[in-house]
Amino acid sequence: MTSVTRLIAVAMIFALPVFSHGAAQANNTLVIGVTQYPSTFHPNIDSMLAKSYVHGLTRRPITTMDANWETVCVLCETLPTLENGGAKLEKTPDGKDGIAVTYTIKDAAQWGDGIPITVDDVVFTWEVGKHPKSGVASTEGYRRILSIDRIDDKTFTLHVDRRTFDYNNLSTLGLLPAHIDRPKFTDPATYKIQTVFDTDPMNPGLFMGPYVMTEAKTGSHMVFEKNKKWWGKEPAFDKITVRVIENTTTLEANLLSGGIDMISGELGLNVDQALAFEKRHGSKFNILFKPGLIYEHIDLMLDNPVLQDRRVRQALMYATDRKAISERLFGGKQPVAHTGVNPLDWVYDPEVPKYAFDLNKADALLNDAGWKRKGGGMRVNSNGDPLRFQIMTTAGNRTRELVEQVLQSQWKAAGISIDIRNEPARVFFGETVTKRKFPDMAMFAWISAPESVPRTTLHSKEIPTEANNWSGQNYTGFSNPDMDELLEKIELELDKDKRKEMWAKLQNIYATELPALPLYFRANSFILPKWLTGIEPTGHQFPTTLWVEDWRIER
Amino acid sequence: MPAFLIRRFIHSLIVLFVMSAVIYGLIGLMPGDPVDLMISADPNVTAADAARLRTIYGLDQPLWSRYLHWLSAAATGDFGYSRLYSQPVWQAIIPALSNTLLLLISSLALALVIALPAGVFAATRPYSLADYGINLTAFAGISMPPFWLGILLILLFSVTLGWLPAGGTPQSAGASGLWEHVQYLILPIAALTIAGVGGHTRYMRASMIETLRQDYIRTARAKGLSENRVVLGHALRNAMIPVVTVIALDLGVLFSGALITETVFAYPGMGKLIFDAIMGNDYNLALVGLLMATTLTLIGNLLADVAYAALDPRISYENLDA
Repeated sequence: MTSVTRLIAVAMIFALPVFSHGAAQANNTLVIGVTQYPSTFHPNIDSMLAKSYVHGLTRRPITTMDANWETVCVLCETLPTLENGGAKLEKTPDGKDGIAVTYTIKDAAQWGDGIPITVDDVVFTWEVGKHPKSGVASTEGYRRILSIDRIDDKTFTLHVDRRTFDYNNLSTLGLLPAHIDRPKFTDPATYKIQTVFDTDPMNPGLFMGPYVMTEAKTGSHMVFEKNKKWWGKEPAFDKITVRVIENTTTLEANLLSGGIDMISGELGLNVDQALAFEKRHGSKFNILFKPGLIYEHIDLMLDNPVLQDRRVRQALMYATDRKAISERLFGGKQPVAHTGVNPLDWVYDPEVPKYAFDLNKADALLNDAGWKRKGGGMRVNSNGDPLRFQIMTTAGNRTRELVEQVLQSQWKAAGISIDIRNEPARVFFGETVTKRKFPDMAMFAWISAPESVPRTTLHSKEIPTEANNWSGQNYTGFSNPDMDELLEKIELELDKDKRKEMWAKLQNIYATELPALPLYFRANSFILPKWLTGIEPTGHQFPTTLWVEDWRIER
Repeated sequence: MPAFLIRRFIHSLIVLFVMSAVIYGLIGLMPGDPVDLMISADPNVTAADAARLRTIYGLDQPLWSRYLHWLSAAATGDFGYSRLYSQPVWQAIIPALSNTLLLLISSLALALVIALPAGVFAATRPYSLADYGINLTAFAGISMPPFWLGILLILLFSVTLGWLPAGGTPQSAGASGLWEHVQYLILPIAALTIAGVGGHTRYMRASMIETLRQDYIRTARAKGLSENRVVLGHALRNAMIPVVTVIALDLGVLFSGALITETVFAYPGMGKLIFDAIMGNDYNLALVGLLMATTLTLIGNLLADVAYAALDPRISYENLDA
């Protein structure tokens, strides 16, 4: 051994303990890896999954949806219903059908600075939410509340201007602490930049969940420690760190090197990445897959004369082997979609028309529509025009690009030519889709919620045009009077059985008319350490962190 | 020299003004706006909400009007509010800027400490085994894609050996001080250094070989000066002039171009901040970030001009002052 080699060997022996970068979990701490940092910590200014995720650790809504997709109370004592008298039908001051809903906030519920949560906070939140200059993105829910009656410090009645089936759902009303944030609302126009949620985000009085945020380094990480004023079940971890690592390869490397303990399912790896990870390192982790409400589909441009023919749309569906796509690309973890309604949703109709892969049926429909096979097997019409479509999606999205290639190959077998033309996401969503510039097909996803009425995507009044400044999300241009009527009636129908019937009709129209080709529902992939238990993926928009007090360490 | 510096300062202000208009225009002409992103993230946002939000954020105004509004506010030191981070732009930029400068200065200094002697060493022994070895190493550094190099470093030093964190920045609470910060910096600095060493070595070698062919070097040798004196005392200063130009230009590129390294190592620096701002339609943040990159390039060029005068007595700015 030369002197240099000896020197290096000695240096490495000493270096090992110095460099040793231990596993993330130490004592009762947990480090979670996510791929996104919240753009604001204000609960209501805009909607963002990263924010919902960290607010699950620190805040609690008045109501939420549990793992069984049922609305349940969190801050309230009892869920008000028409049956238990908590909700009562009434007329609005201008004589329309309205409803009064009464909630009582749990007596023990208090902010992280020890101030009780009261009706003042509810009223302040409503005032901010409905103010046109406050910067709150979605004000519809607040504007529907005509007034709030204060019964006592903890009990209030909302008077709402219409009778919708989700009348007792207050999950999107994120309570604001009036004692802290009201002084910042004296000028509503500057509230969005003055709110304490962004100027002093570590103020414990902003939180009422099991944890409070004690450190936030923009773009890097957030640290949460136990809320000393938490009034619910004791959580297992003294400290939780949420680290933001956008690059999924680095995210995996951090997990393997012990830099993080788990990868969040809500903001982590895609299913194909998680499946590959499972093959390599599955024995070291618990990997859970939960199909959710993100609906991958292909919007069809119904202004296109060829696609206006329903037989062509149905033939495309019969010529698509979605089962093979789901099984071969996603290990069967992402179930085939038949409409935008998830089979886990109670309004799902199992009898909805389904399109199992059947090339003979596709052949028959296309022949009937006048598209005959010619030399090489590709189809042409009587004028000799080829049956050719252009499919577009977000460039760089590996999974969608892979699905495009499979579809191109499957549809070729049916005699349909496909050209792929993808665009960067901001061009695709900023121009091509929103201004209906895609000639034939646009592949993307809709994020939904349980029993979410698809008015913005299917009502004929929601077709974006230059005249309406491209507002609305009915990008296909679908116009169907029966669908319009259902969309208007469903939301106002309080009877569950009648509503279920209406939902069945809606799904039937969708699956028959096919304004879009349903592909699959995306699944979330949770990669968890073996010692962590109690995480129950929900599949809907409310994150697992809302039940962090149920997470347990079992070594 | 002072008049030269003042003139350059005024030129720089004009360049920054023109660049602010060009960047603002280009960002504004990109498809979509911040409200489009809000709509895509929240299906409950109605058409009326979208129109109201566009009014609140001034997006219903023509582009030139928005630019003039921004410019008049910027003249008073108000560079606007970052939509992406819900903070004044400077509050979002300063931590990222300090992270990037730390990364940039450390990696550039390290790269130069390695590259300049290596380039000189190779140039003084052209086509020797040592020269071939240095060239081969330099080409390997140049050819290696930064994201691949970054992942290799993470796999080796974080996953396999477990010596260093795989990315991110340390928590301030409970941090074990300077060493923990250094641990988080080692891999990104190594990746940027390896990527930079190759190019600088090649520039230094080529420049030095060219200089060593000059007549005055032959004269110096004929006078009987030692080879070290010839190379370090006479050739090096002249050979440094083109290298300084490259280093100066590198400052601006490194500032915004460390994006890949920052992404792979989850390091919150300026490259990633500017990229996220552009992708997230955060006009104010993107504009100020890109102007910072422009400023750094201008400063780099100014430093290069000053360095020319220091390195080559024939270059003087005195006449320009007259």
